[in-house]
Amino acid sequence: MSMSTNQKKFLQKERRNKIFVILMQILIVVIFLISWEVLANKKILNPFIFSSPSRIILTIKNLFLEGSLITHILTTLYEIVLAFFIGIASGFLIAILLYEVKTLAKILDPFLTMLNSLPKVALGPIIIIWAGANTKAIIVMALLINLIVSIVNIYNGFLGTDEIKIKLLQSFGATKGQILRYLVIPGSKRTIISSLKLNISMTLIGVIMGEFLVSKKGIGYLIIYGTQVFNLNVVMAGIVILIILSFIIYEGVSLLEKRLLQEKN
Amino acid sequence: MNSILEIENLEKNYYTKQGEIKAIDNISLKIKEGEIITIVGTSGCGKSSLLGILANIEDKTNGKIKYQKDKPTIGYMLQNDALFPWLTIFDNAILGLKIAKKDTSENKEYVKKLLKTYNLEEFINKYPNELSGGMRQRVALIRTLALKPDILLLDEPFSALDYQSRLAVSADVFKIIKRENITTILVSHDVGEAVSLSNKVVVLSKRPCKIKKIYDIDLPYDNPIDNRNTKEFNELYNKIWKDLDVYVN
Ligand SMILES: Nc1ncnc2c1ncn2[C@@H]1O[C@H](COP(=O)(O)OP(=O)(O)OP(=O)(O)O)[C@@H](O)[C@H]1O
Ligand SMILES: [Mg+2]
Repeated sequence: MSMSTNQKKFLQKERRNKIFVILMQILIVVIFLISWEVLANKKILNPFIFSSPSRIILTIKNLFLEGSLITHILTTLYEIVLAFFIGIASGFLIAILLYEVKTLAKILDPFLTMLNSLPKVALGPIIIIWAGANTKAIIVMALLINLIVSIVNIYNGFLGTDEIKIKLLQSFGATKGQILRYLVIPGSKRTIISSLKLNISMTLIGVIMGEFLVSKKGIGYLIIYGTQVFNLNVVMAGIVILIILSFIIYEGVSLLEKRLLQEKN
Repeated sequence: MNSILEIENLEKNYYTKQGEIKAIDNISLKIKEGEIITIVGTSGCGKSSLLGILANIEDKTNGKIKYQKDKPTIGYMLQNDALFPWLTIFDNAILGLKIAKKDTSENKEYVKKLLKTYNLEEFINKYPNELSGGMRQRVALIRTLALKPDILLLDEPFSALDYQSRLAVSADVFKIIKRENITTILVSHDVGEAVSLSNKVVVLSKRPCKIKKIYDIDLPYDNPIDNRNTKEFNELYNKIWKDLDVYVN
């Protein structure tokens, strides 16, 4: 297909604009890091409190050589994956239950709302007493945060099912199970997939919060530990790793979402 | 001719928090085999309720529904084609068979044959969004025909289409219905559609609906679009329009 000059100009402009945006983004990061480094070296920012990019990198390297860094990262990753999948799977099952037993949904409605609005951190200490200061407590904490979101999202997706299609299946003599299997679930695929992203954000919050409270292993623990011994280099190193990790995971889930949605209808 | 379906003193009430709504008030009607009946009535008079009861997906309050057969197969089509966007045309067409656990290879062949007869063969592996409105409506009809229904219940199946396509698609669909010789009850609030497509028009009163009048239709042509230009069509059209007693405040 041949392109008109105006169309070419338009595309060129778009491309230039995109490059400009990316350059600016890089520039912001570079200026931020350099000023931080310089200000810390000149002691305008107290490096003991604010650390500095070079110190953070050095700390990460040392943690890595020491061997503990990988353990922390893997621990956190493991907890995230576990909480994510348990959250999605049980959210899905509970949503089906609520959809099928409408009275149950009505009965539980105020409790779900209460649980949804409650800042879940408040329950942290109790969870640790009940579940013990271990991985279980962290997973419970994360589920507390991500499960409600999954349930509500998926359930609302189910409720959006086209009435006319339900009637059609009923006229074929479909059972409740068949209506679920042939219509409600495949029809909610989009909603379910887009709830993955929200779920992963919630899971990240829950896992790090859990690690703050349990304080044994993981990146959340690294951050808390650094604070306790007042080694801000370790705290910052933990935060940097967390930023990178969350970014990768979030982008991964976004990519997965895109792939799943692109599948034939 | 035998009656394939007899409706006797049918009543339907809805009970809601706002109060009791009487939708159908004592309707009796006999439907003969092979007949194409259109039920017309003003909006909200109770037409869909009637069809829902006949389709066995809604409860009646009083009266009797007697099908000639013990377990009649009922084909039911509603306001839009209701094709499932995530299924191919073929899978859509055999959906009813699957649900009814009748998806034998013989029945699937029958569906393939129908799709072929009605010019949809090349779309078998395509998805609904790749088809025109008319083709989609044909697929929806074939999905219903796949079960070899004893009676076909159509609840304003063309109302999602624009006027032009509506004329063409309804003519198309009824050509198939006549060819397959299926007893059909069509619900419509379009008088022109009613007169041009059917053998009999049942006019309902406003809510709660009762039968107000029944017209036998005998128009000269096979094609409903041709019939729309006849004198008989116009006379009937005007009479029924008056019966409906629609006025604007
Ligand atoms: N499930 C329901 N609960 C309560 N009232 C209902 C219900 N379904 C229908 N109605 C009421 O019963 C009356 C008849 O409804 P119905 O859908 O049968 O009318 P209709 O003739 O098909 O209307 P339309 O031309 O708008 O499709 C209406 O007043 C409607 O509000
Ligand atoms: Mg209706």
